[in-house]
Amino acid sequence: MTLTLVGLSHRGTPVAVRERAFVPLPQAAELAAALAEQGEAVCLSTCNRTELYVVGEDADRRALAVLESISGLAGDELRAVVYRLADEAAALHLFRVAAGLDSLVPGEGEILGQVRSAFDAGATGPVLDRLFRQALHAGKKVRAETAIAESPASVSSAAAALARQVFGRLDECRVLLVGAGHVAELAARSLAARGASIAFVANRSPQRAADLASAFGGEGTGLDRVPAVLGEVDVVVSSTGAPGWVLRHDEVEAALDGRKGRPLFLIDLAVPRDLDPAIHELGACYLYDIDDLESVVAAGLAGRRREAARAEGIVAGEAERFREWHASRDVVPEIASLRTGASCAVPSTYGLISRPCPCVTSLRPVSRPALVMRETPWFRAHPIQMLFSFLREIVRDTLIPHVSLFGLKFSVRNGISTSKLHPVLVRCTRSFQMPSHCRF
Amino acid sequence: MAEYLFGFAFLAYAGAAIAYAVDARRPGPAGRAATWGVRLGWLLQTALLVEEAARADGFPWSTWAGSLNLFVWLVVSVYLVWGCRTRYRLLGLAVMPVAAGLLVLARLGGGIGEGGTSGYSNTFLIVHVGLLSFAFAAFTLAAALSGLYLWQERRLKSRRPAALLGRAPSLLTLETLTSRTIAVALPALTAGIVAGLVRLRDQGASVDALMAVTFGTWAVYGSYLVLRYEAGWHGRRAAYLALVGFAFVVVARLGLQVGHFS
Repeated sequence: MTLTLVGLSHRGTPVAVRERAFVPLPQAAELAAALAEQGEAVCLSTCNRTELYVVGEDADRRALAVLESISGLAGDELRAVVYRLADEAAALHLFRVAAGLDSLVPGEGEILGQVRSAFDAGATGPVLDRLFRQALHAGKKVRAETAIAESPASVSSAAAALARQVFGRLDECRVLLVGAGHVAELAARSLAARGASIAFVANRSPQRAADLASAFGGEGTGLDRVPAVLGEVDVVVSSTGAPGWVLRHDEVEAALDGRKGRPLFLIDLAVPRDLDPAIHELGACYLYDIDDLESVVAAGLAGRRREAARAEGIVAGEAERFREWHASRDVVPEIASLRTGASCAVPSTYGLISRPCPCVTSLRPVSRPALVMRETPWFRAHPIQMLFSFLREIVRDTLIPHVSLFGLKFSVRNGISTSKLHPVLVRCTRSFQMPSHCRF
Repeated sequence: MAEYLFGFAFLAYAGAAIAYAVDARRPGPAGRAATWGVRLGWLLQTALLVEEAARADGFPWSTWAGSLNLFVWLVVSVYLVWGCRTRYRLLGLAVMPVAAGLLVLARLGGGIGEGGTSGYSNTFLIVHVGLLSFAFAAFTLAAALSGLYLWQERRLKSRRPAALLGRAPSLLTLETLTSRTIAVALPALTAGIVAGLVRLRDQGASVDALMAVTFGTWAVYGSYLVLRYEAGWHGRRAAYLALVGFAFVVVARLGLQVGHFS
């Protein structure tokens, strides 16, 4: 059965359509269950994409109909933004998605969790189970073997990354926010999410400072107390609208005496700047302004794009592994057929095989055909392994639709080149030569 | 056998050094290969030392070159304690070329062959040479950590965006590791010196230049710990002081080898 992907994403679909097509996780589970009536289905829905992975009869049409109903787009309108992929192309796409290579910010980490959630909520069978497990593996492998996820991709993550270069873990870092506006709040949330504690919020309006401080369990204070609390914090984030310096070089220098050499990390997000640039010249002080952070982000994104090229190689390798596995599944009916045929043939050779024979490992009298099968290792394993490798070779480079061998018809999806088939057939038929007294 | 073990250990260390250099430019599989190179080299050198110990009639590393061989093994051993972590690969770039170079120096000085004969007892040599070699190996690691600290600090001060991104340990981590390494090594140095002084008093001999340098080393690292924990010395000052101490180690280790144990 064919693996089909039907979806839409931030590449070519406006946000107004994407938000309509977004499916929350509980509904995604129901949707997958409904789609998987005669097969398997997973619905992956994030703010950037909604994708339906379906295995089964008429999967493409059914998935498209579902996408049409949830996005509210009519036929042609939907076809203009939707993409449809099958088999290996669909697998490669999912591997790229899981690795973060199809994200707005290459290598972003959230998508891997979203793929896992979609997988958990999906109605999976052998194909989609294998596909999603391998996609999660590919995503982890890319993040482990490349630096794609290491560079900061936003100003707040750049500030946190720089702070980590000074302090290591931020768990024990105490933060002073100077200014209580939206920017300060965002920075505070970013640092708090990474383990830092917001100890003080200083603002021109003490009430606003107290309000924001209480949200983070800190203490609100006036701007005049900023130099006094410098000795008690490790990180200072400033974002006021003040026209002059909020913190001068000499004030910080005086505060350093009480810090016993512990570094002080300062982020100035304000324009015009709040913090005297000369502070950076002090021994244990590291001051970065908004330009520094933005250039770090730009360098980080460039680094992510460089690493993305390496990640594509890893993902392509995983896609090839999936393709081989998927191709080998085509052989399963033929293997079953071979087993059945062999089982039927065994009774006719039953009398012959009880005589001494080099391919029979035991000379004990055999009483049942099943025992004949079990007692003959060549019979049990060799032809089946040969068939697998044989059909893998055929599927790799193919022109004709099917091959008949030993009275069994082997379906090959894309055909086979006869010139390439010949040596393979010769080798394969030779290996199927059985001793005359064991032939069936 | 010793020659083969030396050759393969050297190749593993040198290969690890090259792989660390590649990893510094482009993090990835080279870093893992480097770590395995260090592990393999360490195992081979351990086998070399065991083979030497089995072959020798007495303490096998009593010569200058022999003790240098032991010293290299100790440096790599201490490095392996935390050097396998991804963030410390830059430390490997500093340590492994030195280890490979010193191993060759030990080989050229005859430290891989027969152990020298000494008038001192094995127990004394094990205590004295063993403890001093361990302390010097740890001080070497502390110096590498301090060098890495100064490099990292310079990067953060430079504000160049490309320099601000990368896999390096944080300043606080490097500082803490340096001081802990010195805090562990200084008692070993002290015990080694005391063992030497006891022997010196029994023989009624006088202090030679190597001993004077060793006392200097002890004084510098002792000052480091006092200033670090009592006077609050941190950052660049502490890193420079650790490097000054290492200069004494280099002089003691390489500069004054003239038959101290023979």
